[in-house]
Amino acid sequence: MSDQSLFTIFLSAAVINNFTLAMFLGLCPFMGVSARVETAVRMGMANIFVLLITSICAWGLNTFVLEQAPFLRVISFIIVIASLVQIVEMAIKKLSPTLFRQLGIYLPLITTNCAILGLAMFQTSRNYDFLQGIAFALGAGAGLTLALVLMASIRETSELSDIPAMAKGTGLVLIIAGSLSLAFMGFAGLLSGS
Amino acid sequence: MRTTTPKEDFTRGIWRENPVFLQMLGLCPALAVTNTVENAIAMGLATFFVLFCSSLLVSSCKSFIPHEVRISTYILIIATFVTLADMVLEAVVPEVHKELGAFIALIVVNCMILGRQEAFASKKPVGRSLLDATGTGIGFLIAMLMMGGFREVLGMGTFLGFELFGPSYEPWVVMILPAGGFLTLGFIMLGFGYYEQRKIAKAKEMSDVEGRVTS
Repeated sequence: MSDQSLFTIFLSAAVINNFTLAMFLGLCPFMGVSARVETAVRMGMANIFVLLITSICAWGLNTFVLEQAPFLRVISFIIVIASLVQIVEMAIKKLSPTLFRQLGIYLPLITTNCAILGLAMFQTSRNYDFLQGIAFALGAGAGLTLALVLMASIRETSELSDIPAMAKGTGLVLIIAGSLSLAFMGFAGLLSGS
Repeated sequence: MRTTTPKEDFTRGIWRENPVFLQMLGLCPALAVTNTVENAIAMGLATFFVLFCSSLLVSSCKSFIPHEVRISTYILIIATFVTLADMVLEAVVPEVHKELGAFIALIVVNCMILGRQEAFASKKPVGRSLLDATGTGIGFLIAMLMMGGFREVLGMGTFLGFELFGPSYEPWVVMILPAGGFLTLGFIMLGFGYYEQRKIAKAKEMSDVEGRVTS
């Protein structure tokens, strides 16, 4: 078991080791749905939600099932997470149509996002317990949302500016991401001082 | 759908439809583990292995896989081979396995592999699928090598651990940091963009000249 405090885990996952900008997890939505701030926020919310479910699933699997068969980890994680998200999606559709419309098609898409499996794997390799796992998931989700919203705001602002033709599209997004990642490195000393 | 020759199936993935640079698939590993050439090669080979074996299995079993659950079946098949690759790497090169860590498991969610199964291996005969998988795998390996090469040479002044520039070289530390990954890929994409623009401009010039000659 790891002895980090919950707050440390949260902060470290959210800004210091930001999932998108420092660990390159969840890049597909980062490139794909970061053109509008509104969609970025919804995507972020859906991400936090799936990350929480994942963390609980991974903890359950690790504690009760996988001790005898660690080599089945990857397979069982992905199957359990994918099916649970499907079930939750159906439940939300039935219980709260408003919420369902807001999360929309993002829920099933997120399941095959590397941030989700990444969270489960890192949580396992760092031996987090139940509460630490939840703090880790919330931090990771907050970090992803932060990166998405920042990126979307920059792209919305730069939409009308005069960009050289060769930089249109992915090139520009990647360079912006690089600069954001540099900026986030400034957080690196945040916890090591104490 | 346009029919393709076997040769096209093979060569297309290597450069013209390179999975990383032109289709923007499999970006996570391409950015995360390319800080040294050694890691890039290990990751590229592991992905190649998984892609090749899953294509083989998917295209040979395609008539048994029910259409409704095909995606989950592909993911199961891919996850099986990823587990194999993970165990082999751990046994053969333990240091590299430690470096790559959780990213080997993340080959499962590499959209490039699932994409090839859905777009190609589930529809075409075994031989063609294997050609396609080999081409795409080599394309991915080339992309990983380019990224890893740039980043290791600039960031540490070494290539596969050999000193290149002598002791007076001041390494660009930023290149081996996460930001360097984004920047390297960003500059490569800018290069591609420049090349495209030049091609368009040249084509336009040609048609202008032709227009003047005929008028």
